[in-house]
Amino acid sequence: MLEIRNLHAAVDGNPILKGINLTVKKGEIHAIMGPNGSGKSTLAKVLAGHPAYEVTEGEVLYEGKNLLEMPTDERAREGVFMAFQYPIEVPGVSNAQFLRLAYNEKRKHLGEEELDPLEFKDLLKERAKIVDMDASFMTRSVNEGFSGGEKKRNEILQMAVLEPKLAILDETDSGLDIDALRIVAGGVNYLHNSENAVVLVTHYQRLLNYIVPDYVHVLANGRIAREGGKELALELEEKGYDWITSAAAA
Amino acid sequence: MTTEVANQEVGYLEAFRARQEAIAVGGAAWVARLRESALDRFEELGFPSVKEEEWKYTNVAPITKLGFEYARAVSGSDITSADVARLGCVEAQNSQLVFVNGALREDLSSLEDLPAGMVVMDLVQAIADEKHHDVIREHLARGVDYNANGFIALNTAMIASGAFILIPRETELEKPLCLLFIADAGAGTVASFPRVLVVAEQNSRATLVESYISAAEGINFTNAVVEINLQDGARLEHYKVQRESIEAFHVATTGVNLGPNSSYDSTTINFGAQLSRHDIAVRMAHEGAECWVDGLYVVSSGQHTDTHSVIDHQKPHCTSHQLYKGILDGKSRAVFNGKIFVRHGAQKTDAMQTNKNLLLSKEARVDTKPQLEILADDVKCAHGAAVGQIDEDELFYLETRGIHSELARNLLTYGFAEEVIGKIKVDSIRAQLDAAVLNRLNAHLEA
Repeated sequence: MLEIRNLHAAVDGNPILKGINLTVKKGEIHAIMGPNGSGKSTLAKVLAGHPAYEVTEGEVLYEGKNLLEMPTDERAREGVFMAFQYPIEVPGVSNAQFLRLAYNEKRKHLGEEELDPLEFKDLLKERAKIVDMDASFMTRSVNEGFSGGEKKRNEILQMAVLEPKLAILDETDSGLDIDALRIVAGGVNYLHNSENAVVLVTHYQRLLNYIVPDYVHVLANGRIAREGGKELALELEEKGYDWITSAAAA
Repeated sequence: MTTEVANQEVGYLEAFRARQEAIAVGGAAWVARLRESALDRFEELGFPSVKEEEWKYTNVAPITKLGFEYARAVSGSDITSADVARLGCVEAQNSQLVFVNGALREDLSSLEDLPAGMVVMDLVQAIADEKHHDVIREHLARGVDYNANGFIALNTAMIASGAFILIPRETELEKPLCLLFIADAGAGTVASFPRVLVVAEQNSRATLVESYISAAEGINFTNAVVEINLQDGARLEHYKVQRESIEAFHVATTGVNLGPNSSYDSTTINFGAQLSRHDIAVRMAHEGAECWVDGLYVVSSGQHTDTHSVIDHQKPHCTSHQLYKGILDGKSRAVFNGKIFVRHGAQKTDAMQTNKNLLLSKEARVDTKPQLEILADDVKCAHGAAVGQIDEDELFYLETRGIHSELARNLLTYGFAEEVIGKIKVDSIRAQLDAAVLNRLNAHLEA
C-alpha cells in the first residue's frame, strides 16, 4: 500500500529526514517511535503533503502511484488521512458542515452520489457513537473551544467518516487522559480492518497497550535506527531512547 | 479649480434649497427653523474633505460630482408589494415600514403584528400630532449634532419623510420591526435622506432591522440619520444592513443614548455601495448600561467602506463590546476607526474592542485605528486590530480532509464572516447574508 524509499526532507533548508525506508501493507499496524526531534512528526506531515516540508530526495509510492506528486487534497480523496497532533480550530464552520463537505468531496472523487444534509446527519450520528461524541459537537465550530481530548476524538470521528485506506495518527495519544485514550484507541481498533493500514506516530509506548502494532520502527536523527515487533516498544519503555540514539550517532 | 468647486457648491445648494421647499413640513415652526439652520450650516461646511482628520481616508468628491438636478425632488418608482416581499424581512412582513427613494409608502407597509400602544409612524405626521410632539421635540436632533459634518447637516435640513418609533414602557415586541429603505434608481439618479427617531421607554424590549437595498442597478445617494434613545432598563437589538447597488453612495450616522441599565446590541453589515461611510456613536451617560457594537464589511473591487465608531463611557459600571470584521477582495479599501472614551470617574468600566480584517487580494487595503482614551483608573479595557490573509495551517487542515484548495479558502472566508453573521437572531436576515457571502465567494455550501 505504502512504500517509502530513501526519503529525505527538509524544513527551511534544514535536513530532518535523512533516508527513510518503510513498507506498509494493507491490514497492518505500524508504530513509528523515537525521541523528540527524531523526525517522526515530519514523516507524518510529509506524507500528508504539508507545504513547509520539502522533499529533497527519495520517493513515496502509494498504491503504486507517486504520492509526492499529488496535492494534499487529492491524497486525502485517494484515502490518505492524517490525524493531527494539534488539530486546527476553524471558527465559523460547523463540524457537521465541514464533515459533510469533506465526505462529499470524496464521494464525488469516487464517482458516487453526494449525500444531502439529512442523509449525512444519519451517517454522522452513527459514526459519532464510535468515539462517544455527543450530537452537540456537530453544530459547534470545528474544534473551537474543544478540550484537548475532544479535539483528538474529533480527529478519529473524521477518520470514521472518511474511512481512509491509510491512516497516519500523529501523536494522537499526547495530552489524553486514560479514559480519552481508551475511547480514541477503541475507535481506531474498530475502524481498522484487513483492507486498510494504520501508522501510529508516538513518543510513548502507552498507546500501544491499546492499539497493538505489527511492527515498531524507531527513528533517530532522521533515520530508522531499529525495527522489530511490538516487544521493541516494551524494551524502549524500560530502557528509554538513549541506547538507540547513541548507537545511531556512533 | 476653486471656481469650479464653488460653482458646484452653489449648484447643489440651490438644488437642496429647492428640495427643502418642495418637502415643506408645515405645522411646527421649530422644525422649520431646525431645517433652515441646518441648511445654513451645510452651506458653511459643505461636504467633508480629506483634509479633515475624520475623513482623511474617505474622499467623498464623487458624491459632489453627481450633478444635483436629481436632488431637486423626490423621485417616483413602480415598486410593488412583490418587490417588497423579495427584498424585505419575512419575519417582519406585518411589522414593517417601507420607504422607496426616501418616501414612506404606506400602501407597501404593514404594522398589524405590532402590540397595542406601540407607535410606528411617519416622522412628519408624528411631529404634527399633539400626542407625540413633545417627545419628538425633546429628542430630535439631540442625539446627532448637525454641526458635526455636512452630511448630518444636509440630512437635518431635509427632515421630512422618516420614521418615529416609540416603544412604550414594559412592552416587548415579539416580531422584529423592520424599516426597509428601497432605492429605485431605475429612472435615474436618486437621493434620499432617511431620518429615524427611536424612543424605547423603561424596560421595553425590541428588535429593530434597518435595511437599505437597491431594487435595481444604478446610482443612488443615501444619507441617513438614526437617533436612538433607550430609557431605564430598555433592551434593543439593532441590525443595520446595507446592500445597496454597487454604484451607490451610502452615508449613515447612528447616534445612541443609553439610559441606566439599558442594553443595546447592534450589528452593522456593509456589503453594497461603491462608497459607504457609517458613523456610530454610543453614549453611556448612565450607570449599568451595556452595549455590543459589532459589524461586518465585505467589499470587492471598486468598493470603499469606512466605519467610524465612538463608544463613550461617561459613567461607572458600564460595559461595551465591539467586534468589527472585514473581508476585502480585489482592489477594495476599508477604513475602521474605533474610539473608546472612558471619562473621569467612569470607574469599573469594562470595554473590549477588536477589529479583524481578512485580505483576499494583494491590492486590497485596510486602514484600521482602534483608539482608547482612559481617564479613570479602575477599569478593564482592551483593544486590538489585525489584518491578515487566510491562515495556512487552517487551509492545510481542510486540504488534508480532501477539500479542494479553492473551496477550502472559501470555507475559511465564510467562517470568518460567520463570527458576526452567526450572532444575528433574525433567521431570514442571517440566511440572506450567508447566501450573499457565499455568492460573493462563488461557493456552494449548505448549512
